[in-house]
Amino acid sequence: MNISIKSVIEKKESLQPYLRNLSNSSLNQTIIRAKKFSVFYGDAIGVNKVTLDITKNLVTAIIGPSGCGKSTFLRAINRMNDLIPNCRADGLLYIDGQSIYSRDVDVVTLRRNVGMVFQKSNPFPKSVFDNVAYGPRIHGIKNLTQLNKMVERSLIRTALWDEVKDRLHESALALSGGQQQRLCIARALAVNPEILLMDEPASTLDPRSTARIEDLIAELRKDYTIVIVTHNMQQAARVSDYTAFFYEGKLIEFGLTKDIFTNPNEQQTEDYITGRFG
Amino acid sequence: MQLQTRKLLDKSFTGLNLFSAFFLISALIIILGPIFFKGIGAFVFKGTIEYRRMIFDQFGRGNKEKISKEIAYSQKARKFIYDTISDFEKGIIVEPYIKETKKIYKEYKEYLASLKLTVPHQTELRRKSRSLHLLFIKAVESTDKGEIEDIFNKILSDPYRKSFDSTPMQKVFRLVTRYSEIVNQVDLSNREVYLEYLIDLKDRLRILLGPFPKDPKPILPRNHYGQTRWDRSLVKLDDVLFIEKYDYSDSSGIGRMVQYPRAEIFKGTPVEHIFSYLEDDLESILLPKTVFYWRFLIDVPLDSNIFGGIWPAILGTFYLTFGALLFSIPPGIIAAIYLTEFAKENWVIRLIRTCIGTLAGVPSIVFGLFGLAFFINTIHVSTSKSVLAGSMTLAILVLPTIIRASEEAIRAVPHTYKEAALSLGASRWRAVLTAILPAALPGILTGIIISMGRAAGETAPIIFTAAVSVGKPLKLWETLSQPTPALSWNIYNLCTEHEAVDEIRHVQYGMVLTLILIVLLLNIIAIILRARINKRLIGRT
Repeated sequence: MNISIKSVIEKKESLQPYLRNLSNSSLNQTIIRAKKFSVFYGDAIGVNKVTLDITKNLVTAIIGPSGCGKSTFLRAINRMNDLIPNCRADGLLYIDGQSIYSRDVDVVTLRRNVGMVFQKSNPFPKSVFDNVAYGPRIHGIKNLTQLNKMVERSLIRTALWDEVKDRLHESALALSGGQQQRLCIARALAVNPEILLMDEPASTLDPRSTARIEDLIAELRKDYTIVIVTHNMQQAARVSDYTAFFYEGKLIEFGLTKDIFTNPNEQQTEDYITGRFG
Repeated sequence: MQLQTRKLLDKSFTGLNLFSAFFLISALIIILGPIFFKGIGAFVFKGTIEYRRMIFDQFGRGNKEKISKEIAYSQKARKFIYDTISDFEKGIIVEPYIKETKKIYKEYKEYLASLKLTVPHQTELRRKSRSLHLLFIKAVESTDKGEIEDIFNKILSDPYRKSFDSTPMQKVFRLVTRYSEIVNQVDLSNREVYLEYLIDLKDRLRILLGPFPKDPKPILPRNHYGQTRWDRSLVKLDDVLFIEKYDYSDSSGIGRMVQYPRAEIFKGTPVEHIFSYLEDDLESILLPKTVFYWRFLIDVPLDSNIFGGIWPAILGTFYLTFGALLFSIPPGIIAAIYLTEFAKENWVIRLIRTCIGTLAGVPSIVFGLFGLAFFINTIHVSTSKSVLAGSMTLAILVLPTIIRASEEAIRAVPHTYKEAALSLGASRWRAVLTAILPAALPGILTGIIISMGRAAGETAPIIFTAAVSVGKPLKLWETLSQPTPALSWNIYNLCTEHEAVDEIRHVQYGMVLTLILIVLLLNIIAIILRARINKRLIGRT
């Protein structure tokens, strides 16, 4: 067993004692439910019949080797895969009891409700203010005082306010990489989504910036349901409550993070998290 | 060894780079240098008194008192020339004498009729006066001095002379005295030759100095004035001083042009002196002064660009350029968005792309003919050539460039912008309009800059659809139905089809320089705009 990960789990549990009772808490409420959900790229299969329940207001990490379908699954949750030609989904995927791949679903409303943060920070080539205000603006908010308030709240939420409040109207691309990623999170928060999807949000950042993002995730879990894809197992152990392990498009194991990392049921999981995986 | 070779190659590449940079810069200087220096001549030159007179007459600019003072001064300086020539003319051009005698004879006949004399007496007097005046005409037309003297003696010693006292016929005798004095000064045997050269000389002088004092007012404005530019005056002075003759002494039979001094022809006559006078005192005759004629840009041309500026052409170029952009930017960008963001890759789209590529390679004259055939003759956007039709034709010409550049720019926008916009709940159109287009704007602007330069400079498409060689500056609404001069077309026109190509070199070069400067200016504005957008987008230029 990987010592460092074990210590991470122990340390986290000492900080967040309530997690111990998580498994038998009756307050837990499923927000995302996948039932035999599959995604195909043409003939190739990306996600293979995944059944998985994601609980509201918790952080769920998806881990797995490259090409295991974890990003595909994440992007399927707000239908970003629609942009890829020849990509189609099969099976059922519910958000708040609503099947999001049924015909009458408005993708715009869905995406508004399910925000996303990408691997590489992608602020628009606009000012900091315009970046954060982008979402509210396209949803029809024109009132400047209201916008100001929303931008400020989002930036405070992501602990970016103090760093950028004097340069709100300068280009966002002039910020540092870590700041840009937090700006993207602020931008996603500005439309007030229920769920926040994060696709390896810290993989291109230095350790310091990564730590800030992780702190931010811990902070946001109070109000948002967060699904995070990560390559960094320690990160998964640090930030998540639940962990799903994907391999070759299939869900191998899903459970409480401390169980997955300290006492996995499947041999494959253990092999992967201990680094014996080939 | 290998390292040595590599180093040598590296160095030679650096050398090649430096050389090509040097080559490009020198090519630019060689091309633009002469255009610039000659073009400047339209704006800064030495203007003569004729120039100031013209500007005052035609454009109402200048200090009236100062100009009339200068004219008076110049007239004083010219007086010697005009007087000498009119004196010389008296012995050479005999028409006035003949006319005058005929007039006197006629007067006398009327006088006789009023006297109520007896018929035989009257007939006698008339016969006599008739023979006298015919004798005088004969003398005037003769070039033999002896003969003239004989005739004059005959007239003066006529027995009837007394009876003509205090009648109109008396004037004939006075004429005889005057003419005999002139005859003594002139070499009559060369009269025919002098006559021919004198007419030529007067024409040359008219070109240099303007009409002679007693000339009737010429019809064309260009003949109202002498040379307005000092540089042209010197050329025209040469034409006065020398005559072009061909020397056929070479046995090959090909004539060699020689400059033969006109003064030689008039040697021994008073006219001889005006040549050296002109040569020495042309400055006091024409009073050259350096002028900065910036109004060349905003003055209307006069007498097909002989005088005045090029404002209608400049305005026409602006109208056509911006018209072309107006008609090409919206469809161009929309097409580019469709092709990059919405179209599915299939054979129709591939065909469209190929068509756009082909359109970019079509010769511009074909666009001109198409514009005439389609916009004017088929859908009748205007009854004849108009700025509107020309703008539309130019728009089609630059459309492929704009589509291509916009397509490239949109494609170059990172995919992540679109993803980000969509993940925030933007619709596809919203994402294109608010995230992709703003990011692509600098690239699109580059395409627009290129198109703008092209539209401003193209000649062929507007020949059939918009351009005329002479026209007034148009008002904005007149562009819907009126043709206009435009720099590109007028440069061609003035260099090839103008009746006095040599006289308006400065206008041609001035137009070329103006066109280059306008394109440069438009480019600089667009580049500054692009830099500012870039700065706003990514925080640096």
